[in-house]
Amino acid sequence: MHRINLVKILSLLLLTVTISVNAQHDASTKAHEETTPQEKDLKTEIKEYIAHHLLDSYDFTLFSWTTDAGEHKYFSAPLPVIIYDGGLKIFSSSKFHHGETVAEVDGNYYKLYHNKIYKTDAEGTISYDEEHHPTNAKPLDFSITKNVVFIIIVAVLMFFMFTRMAKSYKGNLMPKGMGRMLEPIILYIRDDIAIPNIGEKKYKKYMGYLLTVFFFVWIINLLGLTPLGVNVTNNIAVTLALALITYFLTTFTANKNYWKHIFWMPDVPVLMKIILAPIELLGTFIKPFALMIRLYANITAGHIVLMSIIGLMFVFKSWIGSPLSFGLAFALALLELLVAALQAYIFTMLSALYFGMAVEEHDDH
Amino acid sequence: MTGLNFVGAGLIVIGAGLGIGRIGGSAMDAIARQPEASGKIQTAMLIAAALIEGIGFAALFAA
Repeated sequence: MHRINLVKILSLLLLTVTISVNAQHDASTKAHEETTPQEKDLKTEIKEYIAHHLLDSYDFTLFSWTTDAGEHKYFSAPLPVIIYDGGLKIFSSSKFHHGETVAEVDGNYYKLYHNKIYKTDAEGTISYDEEHHPTNAKPLDFSITKNVVFIIIVAVLMFFMFTRMAKSYKGNLMPKGMGRMLEPIILYIRDDIAIPNIGEKKYKKYMGYLLTVFFFVWIINLLGLTPLGVNVTNNIAVTLALALITYFLTTFTANKNYWKHIFWMPDVPVLMKIILAPIELLGTFIKPFALMIRLYANITAGHIVLMSIIGLMFVFKSWIGSPLSFGLAFALALLELLVAALQAYIFTMLSALYFGMAVEEHDDH
Repeated sequence: MTGLNFVGAGLIVIGAGLGIGRIGGSAMDAIARQPEASGKIQTAMLIAAALIEGIGFAALFAA
Protein backbone atom coordinates (compact mmCIF):
# COMPACT_ATOMS: atom_id res chain seq x y z
CA MET A 1 0.00 0.00 0.00
CA HIS A 2 2.97 2.33 0.44
CA ARG A 3 3.88 2.54 -3.21
CA ILE A 4 1.37 4.65 -4.96
CA ASN A 5 -0.30 3.12 -7.93
CA LEU A 6 1.06 5.13 -10.87
CA VAL A 7 -1.76 4.48 -13.28
CA LYS A 8 -4.35 5.43 -10.70
CA ILE A 9 -2.58 8.70 -9.89
CA LEU A 10 -2.13 9.57 -13.55
CA SER A 11 -5.77 8.96 -14.35
CA LEU A 12 -6.88 10.92 -11.30
CA LEU A 13 -4.61 13.83 -12.24
CA LEU A 14 -5.96 13.75 -15.77
CA LEU A 15 -9.48 13.77 -14.43
CA THR A 16 -8.83 16.75 -12.14
CA VAL A 17 -7.15 18.67 -14.95
CA THR A 18 -10.16 18.05 -17.19
CA ILE A 19 -12.58 19.08 -14.48
CA SER A 20 -10.64 22.20 -13.61
CA VAL A 21 -10.35 23.22 -17.27
CA ASN A 22 -14.04 22.64 -17.83
CA ALA A 23 -15.08 24.58 -14.77
CA GLN A 24 -12.58 27.35 -15.57
CA HIS A 25 -11.25 27.53 -12.06
CA ASP A 26 -8.76 30.22 -11.15
CA ALA A 27 -5.13 29.40 -10.64
CA SER A 28 -5.22 28.93 -6.88
CA THR A 29 -8.03 26.36 -6.85
CA LYS A 30 -6.40 24.53 -9.74
CA ALA A 31 -3.20 24.22 -7.79
CA HIS A 32 -5.22 23.07 -4.79
CA GLU A 33 -7.07 20.45 -6.80
CA GLU A 34 -3.88 19.12 -8.29
CA THR A 35 -2.35 18.41 -4.91
CA THR A 36 -5.38 16.92 -3.18
CA PRO A 37 -6.07 13.77 -5.21
CA GLN A 38 -2.87 12.15 -4.11
CA GLU A 39 -3.59 12.91 -0.45
CA LYS A 40 -7.19 11.88 -0.77
CA ASP A 41 -6.12 8.71 -2.47
CA LEU A 42 -3.78 7.91 0.40
CA LYS A 43 -6.45 8.60 3.01
CA THR A 44 -9.04 6.42 1.33
CA GLU A 45 -6.39 3.78 0.84
CA ILE A 46 -5.64 3.77 4.57
CA LYS A 47 -9.37 3.64 5.34
CA GLU A 48 -9.82 0.74 2.94
CA TYR A 49 -6.84 -1.03 4.45
CA ILE A 50 -8.30 -0.73 7.97
CA ALA A 51 -11.72 -1.89 6.77
CA HIS A 52 -10.05 -4.79 5.02
CA HIS A 53 -8.12 -5.73 8.16
CA LEU A 54 -11.33 -5.85 10.20
CA LEU A 55 -12.87 -8.36 7.82
CA ASP A 56 -12.30 -12.07 7.78
CA SER A 57 -10.46 -13.30 4.70
CA TYR A 58 -10.09 -16.41 2.59
CA ASP A 59 -6.31 -16.32 2.65
CA PHE A 60 -3.68 -15.58 5.23
CA THR A 61 -1.87 -12.45 3.99
CA LEU A 62 1.06 -11.06 5.93
CA PHE A 63 1.61 -8.08 3.65
CA SER A 64 0.90 -6.88 0.13
CA TRP A 65 2.30 -4.20 -2.09
CA THR A 66 1.87 -2.66 -5.53
CA THR A 67 4.72 -2.71 -8.02
CA ASP A 68 5.62 0.23 -10.24
CA ALA A 69 3.82 -1.52 -13.07
CA GLY A 70 0.59 -1.35 -11.06
CA GLU A 71 0.60 -5.07 -10.28
CA HIS A 72 -0.62 -6.23 -6.87
CA LYS A 73 1.76 -8.58 -5.10
CA TYR A 74 0.85 -10.57 -2.01
CA PHE A 75 2.92 -12.39 0.56
CA SER A 76 0.28 -14.87 1.60
CA ALA A 77 -0.82 -18.47 2.05
CA PRO A 78 -4.08 -19.69 0.48
CA LEU A 79 -6.63 -21.44 2.70
CA PRO A 80 -9.21 -24.07 1.75
CA VAL A 81 -12.60 -22.87 0.58
CA ILE A 82 -15.50 -25.20 1.37
CA ILE A 83 -18.86 -24.32 -0.12
CA TYR A 84 -22.13 -26.19 -0.49
CA ASP A 85 -23.80 -25.45 -3.79
CA GLY A 86 -25.64 -28.52 -5.00
CA GLY A 87 -22.88 -30.66 -3.50
CA LEU A 88 -19.85 -30.05 -1.37
CA LYS A 89 -17.06 -28.26 -3.22
CA ILE A 90 -13.59 -27.90 -1.80
CA PHE A 91 -10.90 -25.85 -3.51
CA SER A 92 -7.98 -23.62 -2.67
CA SER A 93 -8.61 -19.90 -2.21
CA SER A 94 -5.63 -19.25 -4.53
CA LYS A 95 -8.16 -19.75 -7.35
CA PHE A 96 -9.67 -16.36 -6.51
CA HIS A 97 -6.32 -14.59 -6.84
CA HIS A 98 -7.33 -12.24 -3.98
CA GLY A 99 -10.64 -11.46 -5.62
CA GLU A 100 -9.07 -10.44 -8.92
CA THR A 101 -10.19 -13.44 -10.97
CA VAL A 102 -13.17 -15.76 -11.25
CA ALA A 103 -12.71 -19.26 -9.83
CA GLU A 104 -14.06 -22.15 -11.87
CA VAL A 105 -15.09 -25.29 -9.99
CA ASP A 106 -16.86 -28.20 -11.72
CA GLY A 107 -18.37 -25.92 -14.36
CA ASN A 108 -19.60 -23.33 -11.85
CA TYR A 109 -18.04 -19.89 -11.48
CA TYR A 110 -17.48 -18.08 -8.20
CA LYS A 111 -16.18 -14.62 -7.52
CA LEU A 112 -15.15 -12.75 -4.39
CA TYR A 113 -16.96 -9.46 -3.93
CA HIS A 114 -16.39 -7.51 -0.69
CA ASN A 115 -14.97 -10.65 0.86
CA LYS A 116 -18.07 -12.73 0.14
CA ILE A 117 -18.36 -15.57 -2.36
CA TYR A 118 -20.95 -15.10 -5.11
CA LYS A 119 -21.96 -17.43 -7.91
CA THR A 120 -21.39 -15.75 -11.27
CA ASP A 121 -21.11 -16.54 -14.97
CA ALA A 122 -17.77 -17.14 -16.70
CA GLU A 123 -17.02 -13.38 -16.94
CA GLY A 124 -17.67 -12.81 -13.25
CA THR A 125 -20.55 -10.34 -13.75
CA ILE A 126 -22.22 -9.25 -10.55
CA SER A 127 -25.64 -7.65 -10.84
CA TYR A 128 -26.95 -5.17 -8.28
CA ASP A 129 -30.32 -4.06 -7.02
CA GLU A 130 -31.14 -0.36 -6.63
CA GLU A 131 -29.38 -0.16 -3.24
CA HIS A 132 -26.19 -1.53 -4.79
CA HIS A 133 -26.47 -4.89 -3.04
CA PRO A 134 -25.41 -7.82 -5.22
CA THR A 135 -28.30 -10.00 -6.34
CA ASN A 136 -26.14 -12.99 -7.29
CA ALA A 137 -26.72 -16.31 -5.54
CA LYS A 138 -24.58 -16.94 -2.47
CA PRO A 139 -23.53 -20.55 -1.90
CA LEU A 140 -23.49 -21.90 1.67
CA ASP A 141 -20.03 -21.15 2.96
CA PHE A 142 -18.16 -23.42 5.40
CA SER A 143 -14.69 -22.24 4.43
CA ILE A 144 -11.66 -22.51 6.66
CA THR A 145 -11.03 -18.76 6.73
CA LYS A 146 -8.26 -16.92 8.54
CA ASN A 147 -10.37 -16.62 11.70
CA VAL A 148 -11.23 -20.32 11.68
CA VAL A 149 -7.54 -21.18 11.29
CA PHE A 150 -6.64 -19.10 14.32
CA ILE A 151 -9.49 -20.48 16.41
CA ILE A 152 -8.22 -23.99 15.62
CA ILE A 153 -4.62 -22.99 16.40
CA VAL A 154 -5.61 -21.52 19.77
CA ALA A 155 -7.79 -24.54 20.56
CA VAL A 156 -4.93 -26.96 19.81
CA LEU A 157 -2.46 -24.80 21.72
CA MET A 158 -4.74 -24.68 24.75
CA PHE A 159 -5.42 -28.40 24.59
CA PHE A 160 -1.74 -29.33 24.68
CA MET A 161 -0.84 -26.61 27.16
CA PHE A 162 -3.45 -27.59 29.72
CA THR A 163 -3.22 -31.38 29.36
CA ARG A 164 0.53 -31.14 29.91
CA MET A 165 -0.05 -28.89 32.85
CA ALA A 166 -2.58 -31.29 34.37
CA LYS A 167 -0.15 -34.17 33.96
CA SER A 168 2.61 -32.28 35.75
CA TYR A 169 0.44 -32.20 38.88
CA LYS A 170 0.31 -36.02 39.09
CA GLY A 171 2.51 -37.27 41.89
CA ASN A 172 3.62 -33.95 43.31
CA LEU A 173 1.60 -30.83 43.82
CA MET A 174 4.43 -28.42 43.09
CA PRO A 175 3.64 -26.64 39.83
CA LYS A 176 6.20 -27.02 37.05
CA GLY A 177 6.78 -25.13 33.82
CA MET A 178 3.61 -23.50 32.51
CA GLY A 179 1.87 -24.36 35.74
CA ARG A 180 4.01 -21.89 37.65
CA MET A 181 2.79 -19.10 35.44
CA LEU A 182 -0.83 -20.11 35.08
CA GLU A 183 -1.65 -21.55 38.49
CA PRO A 184 -2.23 -18.14 40.12
CA ILE A 185 -4.55 -17.12 37.26
CA ILE A 186 -6.56 -20.33 37.49
CA LEU A 187 -6.80 -20.02 41.27
CA TYR A 188 -7.88 -16.40 40.85
CA ILE A 189 -10.68 -17.44 38.51
CA ARG A 190 -11.79 -20.09 40.99
CA ASP A 191 -11.48 -18.10 44.20
CA ASP A 192 -12.42 -14.60 43.04
CA ILE A 193 -14.74 -15.18 40.10
CA ALA A 194 -16.43 -18.57 40.36
CA ILE A 195 -16.91 -19.10 44.13
CA PRO A 196 -18.17 -15.60 45.10
CA ASN A 197 -20.61 -15.45 42.17
CA ILE A 198 -21.84 -19.01 41.80
CA GLY A 199 -21.47 -20.28 45.35
CA GLU A 200 -19.36 -22.85 47.14
CA LYS A 201 -21.66 -25.77 46.33
CA LYS A 202 -22.23 -25.41 42.61
CA TYR A 203 -19.23 -23.65 41.12
CA LYS A 204 -17.44 -26.85 40.09
CA LYS A 205 -19.52 -27.73 37.08
CA TYR A 206 -19.01 -24.26 35.57
CA MET A 207 -15.25 -24.07 36.14
CA GLY A 208 -14.45 -25.85 32.87
CA TYR A 209 -16.34 -23.33 30.80
CA LEU A 210 -15.15 -20.28 32.74
CA LEU A 211 -11.48 -21.27 32.43
CA THR A 212 -11.85 -22.14 28.76
CA VAL A 213 -13.58 -18.91 27.84
CA PHE A 214 -11.12 -16.81 29.86
CA PHE A 215 -8.01 -18.30 28.30
CA PHE A 216 -9.51 -18.49 24.82
CA VAL A 217 -10.54 -14.84 24.77
CA TRP A 218 -7.31 -13.72 26.41
CA ILE A 219 -4.95 -15.62 24.10
CA ILE A 220 -6.86 -14.66 20.99
CA ASN A 221 -6.97 -10.99 22.04
CA LEU A 222 -3.22 -11.06 22.62
CA LEU A 223 -2.67 -12.65 19.21
CA GLY A 224 -4.67 -9.74 17.78
CA LEU A 225 -1.92 -7.38 18.98
CA THR A 226 0.81 -9.21 17.07
CA PRO A 227 1.63 -8.14 13.50
CA LEU A 228 0.04 -11.34 12.21
CA GLY A 229 -3.18 -9.46 11.61
CA VAL A 230 -5.32 -11.84 13.66
CA ASN A 231 -8.71 -10.36 14.42
CA VAL A 232 -10.89 -13.14 15.70
CA THR A 233 -12.72 -11.41 18.56
CA ASN A 234 -13.61 -8.42 16.40
CA ASN A 235 -15.71 -10.71 14.29
CA ILE A 236 -19.22 -10.46 15.71
CA ALA A 237 -20.02 -14.06 14.75
CA VAL A 238 -17.29 -15.34 17.08
CA THR A 239 -18.46 -13.28 20.05
CA LEU A 240 -22.05 -14.27 19.21
CA ALA A 241 -21.06 -17.94 19.49
CA LEU A 242 -19.33 -17.32 22.83
CA ALA A 243 -22.31 -15.38 24.19
CA LEU A 244 -24.70 -18.08 22.95
CA ILE A 245 -22.80 -20.73 24.91
CA THR A 246 -23.15 -18.61 28.05
CA TYR A 247 -26.85 -18.09 27.28
CA PHE A 248 -27.54 -21.80 26.75
CA LEU A 249 -25.59 -22.80 29.85
CA THR A 250 -27.55 -20.26 31.90
CA THR A 251 -30.90 -21.31 30.47
CA PHE A 252 -30.44 -25.06 30.65
CA THR A 253 -28.86 -25.23 34.08
CA ALA A 254 -31.25 -22.76 35.66
CA ASN A 255 -33.35 -23.97 38.59
CA LYS A 256 -37.02 -23.39 39.46
CA ASN A 257 -36.13 -20.36 41.52
CA TYR A 258 -34.61 -18.56 38.50
CA TRP A 259 -37.69 -19.04 36.34
CA LYS A 260 -39.93 -18.05 39.21
CA HIS A 261 -38.03 -14.77 39.52
CA ILE A 262 -38.51 -14.14 35.81
CA PHE A 263 -42.15 -15.04 35.27
CA TRP A 264 -43.70 -14.54 38.70
CA MET A 265 -41.50 -12.30 40.81
CA PRO A 266 -42.17 -13.09 44.49
CA ASP A 267 -42.97 -10.43 47.09
CA VAL A 268 -44.28 -7.77 44.67
CA PRO A 269 -47.89 -6.79 43.85
CA VAL A 270 -49.69 -8.74 41.13
CA LEU A 271 -49.78 -5.80 38.73
CA MET A 272 -46.03 -5.42 39.05
CA LYS A 273 -45.61 -9.15 38.45
CA ILE A 274 -47.39 -8.79 35.12
CA ILE A 275 -45.31 -5.78 34.13
CA LEU A 276 -42.04 -7.31 35.28
CA ALA A 277 -42.42 -10.67 33.51
CA PRO A 278 -41.80 -9.41 29.91
CA ILE A 279 -39.03 -7.07 31.11
CA GLU A 280 -37.27 -9.89 32.93
CA LEU A 281 -37.73 -12.21 29.98
CA LEU A 282 -36.24 -9.58 27.67
CA GLY A 283 -33.41 -9.18 30.16
CA THR A 284 -32.36 -12.80 29.68
CA PHE A 285 -31.72 -12.03 26.00
CA ILE A 286 -30.14 -8.64 26.58
CA LYS A 287 -27.52 -10.05 28.94
CA PRO A 288 -25.79 -12.31 26.39
CA PHE A 289 -26.37 -9.65 23.71
CA ALA A 290 -24.45 -7.14 25.81
CA LEU A 291 -21.69 -9.73 26.31
CA MET A 292 -21.44 -10.15 22.54
CA ILE A 293 -21.44 -6.41 21.75
CA ARG A 294 -19.00 -5.53 24.54
CA LEU A 295 -16.23 -7.89 23.47
CA TYR A 296 -16.74 -7.20 19.77
CA ALA A 297 -16.89 -3.40 20.10
CA ASN A 298 -13.95 -3.12 22.49
CA ILE A 299 -11.60 -5.10 20.31
CA THR A 300 -12.83 -3.51 17.07
CA ALA A 301 -12.45 0.00 18.48
CA GLY A 302 -8.95 -0.84 19.70
CA HIS A 303 -7.88 -2.17 16.31
CA ILE A 304 -9.36 0.79 14.41
CA VAL A 305 -7.69 3.39 16.64
CA LEU A 306 -4.35 1.58 16.63
CA MET A 307 -4.32 1.23 12.86
CA SER A 308 -5.45 4.83 12.31
CA ILE A 309 -2.60 6.06 14.49
CA ILE A 310 -0.13 3.98 12.52
CA GLY A 311 -1.74 5.42 9.38
CA LEU A 312 -0.86 8.94 10.60
CA MET A 313 2.73 8.18 9.66
CA PHE A 314 1.79 8.04 6.00
CA VAL A 315 -0.52 11.05 6.15
CA PHE A 316 1.91 13.52 7.76
CA LYS A 317 4.92 12.73 5.60
CA SER A 318 7.17 14.95 7.69
CA TRP A 319 9.65 14.49 10.50
CA ILE A 320 6.89 14.85 13.09
CA GLY A 321 4.73 12.03 11.75
CA SER A 322 6.82 8.99 12.56
CA PRO A 323 7.79 9.75 16.17
CA LEU A 324 4.27 10.97 16.96
CA SER A 325 2.66 7.93 15.43
CA PHE A 326 5.20 5.59 17.02
CA GLY A 327 4.78 7.09 20.49
CA LEU A 328 0.99 7.06 20.35
CA ALA A 329 0.87 3.55 18.91
CA PHE A 330 3.26 2.32 21.59
CA ALA A 331 1.18 3.80 24.42
CA LEU A 332 -2.03 2.52 22.88
CA ALA A 333 -0.60 -0.96 22.37
CA LEU A 334 0.21 -1.08 26.09
CA LEU A 335 -3.35 -0.03 26.85
CA GLU A 336 -4.62 -2.71 24.47
CA LEU A 337 -2.60 -5.31 26.40
CA LEU A 338 -4.62 -4.31 29.45
CA VAL A 339 -7.88 -4.30 27.47
CA ALA A 340 -7.15 -7.79 26.12
CA ALA A 341 -6.95 -9.19 29.65
CA LEU A 342 -9.73 -6.98 31.00
CA GLN A 343 -12.24 -8.04 28.36
CA ALA A 344 -11.45 -11.72 28.97
CA TYR A 345 -11.89 -11.08 32.70
CA ILE A 346 -15.18 -9.24 32.26
CA PHE A 347 -16.58 -11.88 29.93
CA THR A 348 -15.72 -14.59 32.46
CA MET A 349 -16.93 -12.51 35.39
CA LEU A 350 -20.32 -11.69 33.85
CA SER A 351 -20.77 -15.30 32.68
CA ALA A 352 -20.14 -16.42 36.26
CA LEU A 353 -22.60 -13.80 37.51
CA TYR A 354 -25.32 -15.08 35.17
CA PHE A 355 -24.64 -18.69 36.14
CA GLY A 356 -24.85 -17.62 39.76
CA MET A 357 -28.27 -16.06 39.16
CA ALA A 358 -29.43 -19.23 37.44
CA VAL A 359 -28.53 -21.58 40.28
CA GLU A 360 -29.24 -19.31 43.23
CA GLU A 361 -31.38 -20.94 45.91
CA HIS A 362 -34.10 -18.95 47.57
CA ASP A 363 -32.64 -19.30 51.05
CA ASP A 364 -29.26 -18.03 49.87
CA HIS A 365 -30.31 -14.43 50.41
CA MET B 1 -28.56 15.12 8.02
CA THR B 2 -25.54 12.86 8.24
CA GLY B 3 -23.72 15.21 10.61
CA LEU B 4 -26.23 14.73 13.40
CA ASN B 5 -25.28 11.15 14.14
CA PHE B 6 -21.76 12.32 14.91
CA VAL B 7 -23.24 14.78 17.42
CA GLY B 8 -25.18 11.86 18.88
CA ALA B 9 -22.05 9.76 19.07
CA GLY B 10 -20.30 12.62 20.88
CA LEU B 11 -23.16 12.90 23.39
CA ILE B 12 -23.03 9.15 24.01
CA VAL B 13 -19.31 9.30 24.69
CA ILE B 14 -19.81 12.25 27.07
CA GLY B 15 -22.53 10.37 28.92
CA ALA B 16 -20.60 7.12 29.16
CA GLY B 17 -17.46 9.01 30.20
CA LEU B 18 -19.31 10.84 32.97
CA GLY B 19 -20.82 7.58 34.18
CA ILE B 20 -17.57 5.63 34.22
CA GLY B 21 -15.78 8.61 35.76
CA ARG B 22 -18.28 8.71 38.62
CA ILE B 23 -17.90 4.98 39.20
CA GLY B 24 -14.11 5.26 39.22
CA GLY B 25 -14.16 8.29 41.52
CA SER B 26 -16.56 6.69 43.99
CA ALA B 27 -14.49 3.51 43.98
CA MET B 28 -11.40 5.57 44.79
CA ASP B 29 -13.24 7.20 47.71
CA ALA B 30 -14.40 3.83 48.93
CA ILE B 31 -10.91 2.31 48.71
CA ALA B 32 -9.46 5.29 50.58
CA ARG B 33 -12.01 4.80 53.33
CA GLN B 34 -11.65 1.02 53.52
CA PRO B 35 -8.41 -0.13 51.93
CA GLU B 36 -8.94 -3.70 53.14
CA ALA B 37 -12.04 -4.02 50.93
CA SER B 38 -10.24 -2.83 47.79
CA GLY B 39 -10.49 -6.20 46.02
CA LYS B 40 -14.26 -6.37 46.31
CA ILE B 41 -14.65 -2.70 45.39
CA GLN B 42 -12.50 -3.14 42.28
CA THR B 43 -14.60 -6.08 41.13
CA ALA B 44 -17.85 -4.21 41.63
CA MET B 45 -16.38 -1.16 39.91
CA LEU B 46 -15.32 -3.16 36.87
CA ILE B 47 -18.72 -4.80 36.54
CA ALA B 48 -20.56 -1.48 36.77
CA ALA B 49 -18.15 0.14 34.31
CA ALA B 50 -18.55 -2.78 31.91
CA LEU B 51 -22.34 -2.46 32.03
CA ILE B 52 -22.22 1.26 31.21
CA GLU B 53 -19.68 0.59 28.48
CA GLY B 54 -21.97 -2.05 26.99
CA ILE B 55 -24.86 0.44 26.81
CA GLY B 56 -22.51 3.06 25.38
CA PHE B 57 -21.31 0.77 22.61
CA ALA B 58 -24.85 -0.35 21.81
CA ALA B 59 -25.87 3.31 21.44
CA LEU B 60 -22.76 4.10 19.37
CA PHE B 61 -23.66 1.35 16.94
CA ALA B 62 -27.17 2.73 16.65
CA ALA B 63 -25.80 6.26 16.03
